[in-house]
Amino acid sequence: MAVVFDKPHALTDVPLHYCPGCTHGIVHRLVAEVIDELGIEGRTIGIAPVGCSVMAYNYFNCDMIEAAHGRAPAVATGVKRADPENHIVFTYQGDGDLASIGMAETVHAAARNENITVIFINNAIYGMTGGQMAPTSLIGQVTQTSPYGRDASLCGYPIKVCEMLSELVGPEYLERVTVNSVKNIRAAKKAIKKAFQNQIDGKGFSLVEVVSSCPTNWGMTPKQALEWIDSDMLPYYPLGVYKDRSAEKEGD
Amino acid sequence: MADKILMKGNEAIAEAAIVAGCRHYFGYPITPQTEIAAYMAKKMPKIGGVFLQAESEIAAINMVYGVASAGKRVMTSSSSPGVSLKGEGLSYLAGSDLPSLIVNVQRGGPGLGGIQPSQSDYFQSTRGGGHGDYHMIVLAPASVQEMAELTVKGFELADTYRMTSMILADGTMGQMMEPVSLDIEVKPMIDKPWATTGTKMARKHNIVNSLSLVPEELEQLNFARYERYRTIEENETMFEEYLVEDADIVLAAFGIAARVSKNAVDEARKRGIKAGLIRPITLWPFPKAPFMAAAEHAKAFLSVELNMGQMIEDVQLATGCKAPVYLCNRAGGMIPDPKQVLQSIININGGEN
Repeated sequence: MAVVFDKPHALTDVPLHYCPGCTHGIVHRLVAEVIDELGIEGRTIGIAPVGCSVMAYNYFNCDMIEAAHGRAPAVATGVKRADPENHIVFTYQGDGDLASIGMAETVHAAARNENITVIFINNAIYGMTGGQMAPTSLIGQVTQTSPYGRDASLCGYPIKVCEMLSELVGPEYLERVTVNSVKNIRAAKKAIKKAFQNQIDGKGFSLVEVVSSCPTNWGMTPKQALEWIDSDMLPYYPLGVYKDRSAEKEGD
Repeated sequence: MADKILMKGNEAIAEAAIVAGCRHYFGYPITPQTEIAAYMAKKMPKIGGVFLQAESEIAAINMVYGVASAGKRVMTSSSSPGVSLKGEGLSYLAGSDLPSLIVNVQRGGPGLGGIQPSQSDYFQSTRGGGHGDYHMIVLAPASVQEMAELTVKGFELADTYRMTSMILADGTMGQMMEPVSLDIEVKPMIDKPWATTGTKMARKHNIVNSLSLVPEELEQLNFARYERYRTIEENETMFEEYLVEDADIVLAAFGIAARVSKNAVDEARKRGIKAGLIRPITLWPFPKAPFMAAAEHAKAFLSVELNMGQMIEDVQLATGCKAPVYLCNRAGGMIPDPKQVLQSIININGGEN
């Protein structure tokens, strides 16, 4: 009988700990499918963050490292430079990890055009610690630490990571995608594959920001959460390619 | 006998690291250790190595964590305020059982402090430096030759025991020039089957990790780590004794303070005072045995330090209060001179001579 659907080899066969309706599972699968399709599992080293996806090291079949909060791009820099010809290195980070405590590591890895792949999960909240305000939480968004809604006069404005990094000369490729529909999931996979292919081709720092949902901490059903991505997240975080140096060069 | 060359202590560390097979260095500028980074910046690109100036001390130690995970010899160096920033990384390196070499060329503190030599990071170094139950192997060189030799030794110990070795020097040791031979024997590298270098689709994935959410399991990991520490205490403790055998007053000092103390011991002997010196070379593990032995005959101990009195606590613990332990110290970047140490010895001896 023809197999029409199977678990990617790059995913281990253990149950994920994520909440029902969380989109981490989808993104894990997309990353694993890409690793399979590119045939790079045996030379890939993944870096897990601190946050909901801290235990990603249990879910990917490739070698994995757990980094301190926000430090994944620095750890990835070390792993990559230990054997740049052979190692394929990706980080998998949330918004608190990448855009708050680890912003310096993110910006400088991008500025160096470090030849790594960064998967950035933006769900506008700290999930693992129970729903605190993130650097990407929207204005007015109610969280445990912004119980009256995020107030710009107190907390400033949510950070648009792709837009900000696109001002740097360094990075090769920056794209924002989401995974709230079949169509968007297919586009997300294409971006993730490009981000890994860029590394294989030696092109440099490639970051894919995945606008994601957190039904548990948003206080919504999974369906409502996917709809909230469309209604509230995407107007502030528009999808699209923010930098693609190779394509820009070809266009010249 | 190989030719000796005149080198600064900091440069000797850098060259010895290269001799030891280290090809990855990450650092951030801070006085008084900058020569190490400058040396690596010049040398590494010429020998196929990596020198990278990190955006912060925090990033540098995490780059070290990355290379160490991949099983290669790697180092960073800094000075006191910078080492505080590395504290998080040191704890993670310990929790993940990763080998690395960290150099601290100490300066006076706390806070931004000054840039003159100090030994005031003794507590921080010998107690781990970051959060959690762990130690680093702490090596305290007292000459430029030892800066080089302990660097090689530090890499070897780190690999053997899967932990961080720290070279705890000070501004004087880093800046002073002495003849040094870099013809140092390096043991063959050991296999690191735990390293994350890619599965090659030939083995189960390796995981480098310090997270363990089941307390019973985390307790066992701590027990196992401390079992390893006991082996290190038994096998790797290093110290030098000078005229201790018949000594009434035994000095304790490491690094530059030990050199000053040795002069003071010689002066005291000339005046008929039986003084001696125990110089710990490993600050962790602390050489308890020579102090316990000396406590059988010594009337008093004198800890000579460039701080407000930190190692003195380990001397007190090791001697079991069998004799009083006095302190002779300067702080904030000042160094006690042999006259001050001699005066302390004379005072302990009853004020005569």
